[in-house]
Amino acid sequence: MFVVAALALFLAMVLVLVRLYAGPTLYDRVLAVNSFGTHTVLFIGVLGFLTGRPDFLDIALLYAMINFVGTIAILKYFRYRAIGDISQIPGDQGAGQ
Amino acid sequence: MIEVAINFVLFFMLITTAIAAARMTHLFAVVMLSGTFSLLSALLLVTLDAVDVAFTEAAVGAGISTVLMLGTLALTSRTEKPSSHSPLVPLVVVVVTGAAIIYGTLDMPNFGAGDSPAQLGVAASYMERSPHEIGVPNVVTGILASYRGYDTLGETAVVFTAGAGVLLLISGLRARRRREDEEDDEAGAGS
Repeated sequence: MFVVAALALFLAMVLVLVRLYAGPTLYDRVLAVNSFGTHTVLFIGVLGFLTGRPDFLDIALLYAMINFVGTIAILKYFRYRAIGDISQIPGDQGAGQ
Repeated sequence: MIEVAINFVLFFMLITTAIAAARMTHLFAVVMLSGTFSLLSALLLVTLDAVDVAFTEAAVGAGISTVLMLGTLALTSRTEKPSSHSPLVPLVVVVVTGAAIIYGTLDMPNFGAGDSPAQLGVAASYMERSPHEIGVPNVVTGILASYRGYDTLGETAVVFTAGAGVLLLISGLRARRRREDEEDDEAGAGS
């Protein structure tokens, strides 16, 4: 059963990678990276059960957190064209409102 | 058997990601691809049972470096300049280096071999001694925090000094920028 799940995950990963390579817009690529991070989390879980040692499930949770923070950073770049020190960008006053 | 198949699929995805990243000229897409590359290598390390290395790879490669590269993109251009020289010389250098590295692995013991030097050295005696000498259930923690305690203390001091230095530099830069802005404002009001 877990072999089938792993195969389905690989198929999903390949589809996401196709979207990542082909684009066409940047938002497709951001979504593809985010989705690939989710697939990484799922695959770590499936791999644990596949090898009979589901001890790494808590590490999969940490991957989910990294994925979340990374996506926030990427979207912040889209919104403000900078990662840190937003108040220093001229002409960006009140952009968050 | 299953693990070999998983490794094959993951390596295939890794190579296609690397080729796609090398062929792309839009740097934002390249940053996205490098994040995916780190996630894939982290998955490969998980299949090799190196969960701690995999987590470092995911945190540094997919997390921090993506953010750092996006910060660099914000400061510089978002498209790659066409290179003026032929890609042949870098390709040859990369191929030769890769061949040398693969040649170096020929002498290495097999994956998980019991008679590798790492298993034959002092590891067994540490495994035997650390439970009653130190009393920490995790042997790696026992070695890091007790047998190698001064070494770990030195490493922590180095990392702390580096972090404090970076924070000092950044805060100094910020204060200077703010001062310059205020001077500009005053000059604009006076003229």
